Amino acid sequence: MGEMEQLRKEADSLKDQITAARKAVQDSTLQEAAASITVVGRVQLKTRKTLRGHLAKIYAMHWSTDSKLCVSASQDGKLIVWDSITTNKVNAIPLKSSWVMTCAYAPSGNLVACGGLDNMCSIYNLKGKDGNVKVMRELAAHTGYLSCCRFLSDSEIITSSGDCTCVLWDIETGTQKTVFAGHQGDCMSLAVSPDFKFFISGACDFTAKLWDIREASCRQTFGGHESDINAIGFFPNGNAVITGSDDATCKLYDLRADQELITYQDSGIMCGVTSLAPSVSGRLLLAGYDDFNVNIWDALKAERVGVLAGHDNRVSCIGVSSDGMACCTGSWDSFLKIWN
Amino acid sequence: MSNNSAANSSLVIAQKAVKQLRLEASVRRIKVSQAAAELKTFCLQNAHKDPLLTGVPSSDNPFRPPKSCVLL
Repeated sequence: MGEMEQLRKEADSLKDQITAARKAVQDSTLQEAAASITVVGRVQLKTRKTLRGHLAKIYAMHWSTDSKLCVSASQDGKLIVWDSITTNKVNAIPLKSSWVMTCAYAPSGNLVACGGLDNMCSIYNLKGKDGNVKVMRELAAHTGYLSCCRFLSDSEIITSSGDCTCVLWDIETGTQKTVFAGHQGDCMSLAVSPDFKFFISGACDFTAKLWDIREASCRQTFGGHESDINAIGFFPNGNAVITGSDDATCKLYDLRADQELITYQDSGIMCGVTSLAPSVSGRLLLAGYDDFNVNIWDALKAERVGVLAGHDNRVSCIGVSSDGMACCTGSWDSFLKIWN
Repeated sequence: MSNNSAANSSLVIAQKAVKQLRLEASVRRIKVSQAAAELKTFCLQNAHKDPLLTGVPSSDNPFRPPKSCVLL
């Protein structure tokens, strides 16, 4: 038998082993564990603020850790930092490339980043000496579009790309520290674990991967979706991962049981999930869809308990502030809305 | 590029795939009953700290200006 054939057989055998090992610990289901609790009552959130100012589709937003400021990116070629309480624009940063797809706020509040079809991640210093916001670094090496970026600190950022890889960068030197390769399709989204030791990526190969940042390895791969994964997030305690896909469903995968525990789906929902964010207790899952709505799910009972209807076009991004006080949605209708 | 090096790179890719699968197969797994119970416990224990779940009284809502009476 040739070596290729041997390797193929070994790969198939290992895949069967993984399937069997996952089944072996499947002594129950999340439905059973949650059988004794009642579905949360109808959740009715109201729009408290509308952030107006972008002139084109909004593609991404990210809260600052202070739960007050947030940054949004639009294909009008601007990054805007908003005070969500006063609705004032703290900064309006013109971008070199208007084809932006993602933005991020550093945990310190000092930096923001963005990127898109320019294949680069640009880092901006909000706290420069003369008060002007300037490009601090341009991280270039990806051979595909930048789909998502998230800061670990002021000196490190992780990016995901249409070139099927994720990269850990040293912002100071502008170099790649680690390339995380393994996905067989465009990487669409990433999220960092609460302890900053791991990150997860969702891709167009329909899988989500858990990566150990310092070991530079892929620990686990989760399948089950029937189309591209567009959105991904950690359950607040860091032990589970939630994904949103073009197959119109969201799924929750437990990291320690190494398998899917539940799917959030409804026969009435037939359009793709674009974005998602859990509430701070994890009990609510807010997910944005192509049909202009955000559906609110009871994460333990997998039932829809609310809808945020207010945008006139696709909801492209969603985020819950760190203190859990509000949810922000961004849309192709050029507006951001703050709800609670 | 000769046929040989193309075949070699497919081999290297296949070897890497097997190595990765071996790593993923070796993960220590806990029982679903335990995993699910702990997710449920986390949700229930933190429910009172979840404003979107419990609702926010307008007096405590930073996004809602308190209604003020103007004394003329």
